[in-house]
Amino acid sequence: MKIALAGVSHHTASIELRERVAIDREAAASFAGELVRNGNGQTEAVVLSTCNRTELYIASGDGDAGEIADRALLALAGADADALAPVAYRLSDESAALHLFRVAAGLDSLVPGEGEILGQVRDAYEAGAPGAMLDRTFRMALHAGRRARLETAIGESPASVPAAAAALAQQVFEGLDGRRVVLVGAGRTSELTARNLRSRGATVTVVVNRTLEHAERLAAELGARALPLGDVAEAVTQADVVVSSTSAPGFVLTGDRLVSALRSRRGRPVLFVDLAVPRDVDPALASVDGCFVYDVDDLEAVVSASLEGRRAEAVHAERIVAAEAERFRAWQASLAVVPAIASLRALAEEIRSSELARVEGKLPESERAVVDTVTAQIVNKLLHLPTIRMKEAAVTPDGLVYADVVRYLFGLAEEDEA
Amino acid sequence: MAELLVWPALLAYGEAAFAYAGGLRGAGRYGRLGIWGVRIGWLAQTALLAVQATSSDGFPWGTWAGALNLLCWLVVTGYLAWGSNPRYRLLGIGVMPVAAALLVLAWMGGGTGVHNANGAGWALDVHVGLMLAAFASFTVAAAVALLYLFQERRLKRRDARLLRLRLPPLEALDRLAARVALVGLALLSAGIVVGLTRLEAGEIDVAMTVTVVLWALYAAALVLRREIGLQGRRLAWSLVAGFTLVGVVLPLTHFAS
Repeated sequence: MKIALAGVSHHTASIELRERVAIDREAAASFAGELVRNGNGQTEAVVLSTCNRTELYIASGDGDAGEIADRALLALAGADADALAPVAYRLSDESAALHLFRVAAGLDSLVPGEGEILGQVRDAYEAGAPGAMLDRTFRMALHAGRRARLETAIGESPASVPAAAAALAQQVFEGLDGRRVVLVGAGRTSELTARNLRSRGATVTVVVNRTLEHAERLAAELGARALPLGDVAEAVTQADVVVSSTSAPGFVLTGDRLVSALRSRRGRPVLFVDLAVPRDVDPALASVDGCFVYDVDDLEAVVSASLEGRRAEAVHAERIVAAEAERFRAWQASLAVVPAIASLRALAEEIRSSELARVEGKLPESERAVVDTVTAQIVNKLLHLPTIRMKEAAVTPDGLVYADVVRYLFGLAEEDEA
Repeated sequence: MAELLVWPALLAYGEAAFAYAGGLRGAGRYGRLGIWGVRIGWLAQTALLAVQATSSDGFPWGTWAGALNLLCWLVVTGYLAWGSNPRYRLLGIGVMPVAAALLVLAWMGGGTGVHNANGAGWALDVHVGLMLAAFASFTVAAAVALLYLFQERRLKRRDARLLRLRLPPLEALDRLAARVALVGLALLSAGIVVGLTRLEAGEIDVAMTVTVVLWALYAAALVLRREIGLQGRRLAWSLVAGFTLVGVVLPLTHFAS
């Protein structure tokens, strides 16, 4: 049985082309089912479709898996098939498996190690129509993806400014559950950051804005209280995290009153995330004990260092993926000797049973069971090492010779023909 | 036999100290090597203490070198309680070189061999044990406080690599340092009370005075934390200052004898 992959990704195709072949989970399940039905039970299919890629994984024991995958991908593109064909990639067997392993580990993603892809591969596997071959391939890919995340730090660092702000808050506070977040300015960036903090357990308590109506609208969405900009100092002194993003021309959070209010916290930490340009938060606040001030440049530097770290970790993750791909190769190679092993075991069992049948009438009932067990054990022990050796040898370039030798020595080919 | 156990302990502690220093570069493997070094070293030193205890009649760590040996074990035990948690492993950067140095000094002073006990009685044995346990707690508390100051400095300086080498959150370090100091204060109080039972009039010396000052410093820091919310950098510096006094008390009480 052969595996083939046909697909497009952000590496090869524009978003316009990727949109043409992108399908949701239900459509992917139904498309995979249709491919299996058309393959007369000899075909397995899984469709992986995310915003960055659409890939069809086909395994077929009857016909050319590559051709099936290619035709199916172009069928998905419909009228855009001609535009898609030159940018689609086609891989087979070990290359296809290695590609899937890299995808699952996040090594083929736009941001190395991004967290969602492993879940998307799992969804595709669960929604697809895998048989023995694709089932094993996808399970090994998921295992490789999990190992890459567990054994390296590839997915640990934030890859965006809002995520970096939330990760920094977690370096200051022991858990974000119930932490009070104050938003100064009701812009899109501060809202995204607030939502990121909220997803980690923090609570947005106050939204402060020059235009109170804007503050009220966002506050209603976030379950917070709206205040005018004049009350900012009062709001800030109660906060754990302050996210600021106004379009004010100068510092919004500054002044002796605010400094003395912050000093009264006696070192209780507060994190200022200043996303505005020009900046909203006076950097002098950082001199107060327990106050940490990060502006956009600082956050971008953190993201940049994180991505650099992810790329360094990707080298370790590639090693893990290569080791898993090697395991896959060994498993796939061992499949080639399975028929010879099965024939050898069947022959041995046949001889054992017939010899046992010959003496059956001569043995008392109690001894018959013992002889049955003992002969079965002898057969198993005799065949154990040749079975292991044949599987091991299958991985080597001339490995199948051993299976042929076994077939020749035991007359297995003749047995099969008979 | 006892002397033979010193080397595996020392080698393992040294390996752990180097591994943790390598861990500053951000790779998780160094942390794992470090913690295994600590575990193996701790087992070897525990065996060493067991041999010393079974081969002597009475308290075998009454000499200054013996006390350092026991103090080293207590420090590592205290560290192991938290160091097994990957978030706190980097505490080992501060703790393990200190532990290795203490063990070397103990070995050089003959505190890792088997000696006859001094026969001063159980009260002194309990007193010494409690005082050493308290000093060990203060050592660990100071290491946590230093880690707090290091992390706070990185946050203040807006270090771009902050998330590549992740330390425990500031709040967690602050709370942990205070808790360990509280344990140390309780042990120190108990040690002082036991010591007072065998104190005779006119016996008060410099070491005792410094010990009382030490007790007052830790008690004040913890009371202020509770009453007026003293925390963060101020608490961390108080604990580091307390540890400096520990460094004075220990030589005064043991090295001078």
